[in-house]
Amino acid sequence: MKMKTNFNKGIPLSRFETGRPGRVCPPAAGEEIPARLQDLGFVPGTCLVIRRRAPLGDPVEIELRGYRLCLRTDQLGSVRVEVDE
Amino acid sequence: MSAAPALTPRPARVALVGAPNTGKTTLFNALTGSSARVGNYPGVTVERREGTLIGSDAGVQILDLPGTYALHGETPDEQVVTHVLAGDQAGEGRPDALVVVVDATTLRRGLALVREALDRGLPTLVVATMIDEVKARGGRFDPLSLSRLLGVHVVGVVGHRGVGLEPLRRFLEDSASWSRATVPPRVGAVDRFAWVDGVCDELALDDLRPDTRTDRLDRVLLHPVVGIAVFAAVMVLLFQSIFAWAVPAMDAIDAGFAEFGRWSREVLPPGLLTDLWADGILAGVGSVLIFLPQILILFTFLHFLQDVGYMARAAFVIDRVMGWVGLQGRSFVPLLSCYACAVPGIMAARTIASPRERLATILVSPFMTCSARLPVYTLLIAAFVPATAVFGMLGLQGLVMLGLYLLGAFTAFASAALLNKTLLRGSVSVFYMELPPYRLPMPRLLLRQVWQSAVAFLKRAGTIILVASIVLWGLLTFPSAPIDPSLTPSQQASADLEASVAGRVGHAMEPAIAPLGFDWKVGVGLLASLAAREVIVATLAQIYAVGEQDDFGGLRTALVNDVDPRTGERAFTLPTALSLLVFFVFALQCTSTVAIMARETGSWRWPALAFGYMLGLAWLGSFVTYHVARALV
Repeated sequence: MKMKTNFNKGIPLSRFETGRPGRVCPPAAGEEIPARLQDLGFVPGTCLVIRRRAPLGDPVEIELRGYRLCLRTDQLGSVRVEVDE
Repeated sequence: MSAAPALTPRPARVALVGAPNTGKTTLFNALTGSSARVGNYPGVTVERREGTLIGSDAGVQILDLPGTYALHGETPDEQVVTHVLAGDQAGEGRPDALVVVVDATTLRRGLALVREALDRGLPTLVVATMIDEVKARGGRFDPLSLSRLLGVHVVGVVGHRGVGLEPLRRFLEDSASWSRATVPPRVGAVDRFAWVDGVCDELALDDLRPDTRTDRLDRVLLHPVVGIAVFAAVMVLLFQSIFAWAVPAMDAIDAGFAEFGRWSREVLPPGLLTDLWADGILAGVGSVLIFLPQILILFTFLHFLQDVGYMARAAFVIDRVMGWVGLQGRSFVPLLSCYACAVPGIMAARTIASPRERLATILVSPFMTCSARLPVYTLLIAAFVPATAVFGMLGLQGLVMLGLYLLGAFTAFASAALLNKTLLRGSVSVFYMELPPYRLPMPRLLLRQVWQSAVAFLKRAGTIILVASIVLWGLLTFPSAPIDPSLTPSQQASADLEASVAGRVGHAMEPAIAPLGFDWKVGVGLLASLAAREVIVATLAQIYAVGEQDDFGGLRTALVNDVDPRTGERAFTLPTALSLLVFFVFALQCTSTVAIMARETGSWRWPALAFGYMLGLAWLGSFVTYHVARALV
């Protein structure tokens, strides 16, 4: 997974590991982070961590910018994140 | 401003802007006290709150705008905020000054809205709430540095404890002196957050310890197994409270109004006006007030769950299930509330942020088996379903009752799925919901919110229901049959009812309802039940001339023994009863629900659609039930 050959930075947030600190990457060419998610703070450079999944597997709880937000997994594909070391 | 000296200047109007969960409404309540007026913006279903600043000689007006994450949003709430701030909201002048409320513990998010508000060019004040939590989590709140970076005054408060309110009041008295932003506007979220991060870095703000209380509670309440168990327990408790605990108070109100009606009849001279007063107005007002205990209990529960922070968690737990039919987690509690009554349930749908899911929830709400259907179900099941045991220990009557509940819930979900695929197709809104920290609500503030909801309910539902019950009373009363001294009073009442407009319409309806197994008597009952479902019991009692309305056993016997004069056969059989039961599962016979739907959706189009859809479904369902039952029995 880490040795991806395409040049898009990071992986979709929908596939990101729970509990691992991440950082929002600039969107790939031709992609865009939905405006609503940007308003909620999902802009490149923002640190976040997926806290947990709901008991039934979806949605997920994400902590970013000092607050916790619940979003459905299928809305997270457009946000690319990389591991924040 | 060149006001003539003789004129008193118009009091300043200050608007409160802030994201949800920032403590904005708590602050508003603390500033305005009991002077708050709750209404709606004309034409939209967005709640409008305005009040006078406590102790203000100038009479400063505070306008509490709906919570919003951005000032360019698309939901009705957000658009109202945008329009009010631009001064182009119908019926609403542009505010003179702006207070931006921001949660001091989450400045790295909240300052983006502050940034956007500053760009509006109004005199602005920033109020940071929850400064006690900043300190408790090892941070420090420095209003002066923040003020220097923002270019406007910053006041720190703890809204529910009253900390910082005095300085804030002084500021509010003198909003004309507030500065406007001097920093150049930032367009776009990326730019705004870059600015926010710059401000936060300069203030060295990221030193808050994690909120361990919320972490610990969430580990239990959102646990894969325990979390679901807690969710189920809370919902059972909610269900129990609105169903069982409210009943004594509801019975008392019911009995009180009946007694008051009887007393009025004794005191007032007999005549039409007395009939109108006792049977029309008192009965109508009583049919609204009877919901009040349920509303009070439900809203106390809802506001508590909301304020304590569990509401969002409950929605988080159940969202997956609701998502299958195009609803969302927040739809669950309103739908559950509809088991008591669709009116508070539909009002509770205000907690659903996205308009599409909120509308879907409102439209399917009347399918949930409300308590007004219970008297009808009880009567018909007791009269026509044999009290035999099936599978050893289960009573057939109880199973039929359970089946009716399940049919209602199933239809609600199926209809939501249908709406999702048809009328509300496309436009899937992004589902997002904040999980706020757990906080203990202040009882006083909680009770005030409950009170405001109750008053809003009485005003909104009351007026329309009053008019509808007077009209229905007229239809069921005029014209009356000639007085025949050989009839008993109850037989005379029955004859009057047959001669009335409603009775004639009942006869005229027969071709339409005969395929369902109903005669004109049931037709009149159905007409009367348009006001409220349970009214059919009283109306049938009147038609069957069993005298006292509450003589339940008498009506049951009368229904079973009723004979069709033309065929000499029993008029009311098991297939008829089952057909009528199914009709009540589906049909929207409730003036209060229609009225509250119109209020909450801001148009008569949606209640009309729901009424038509549910009536069609009721007719079809009854038709199928009647004929299948006849073939089987």
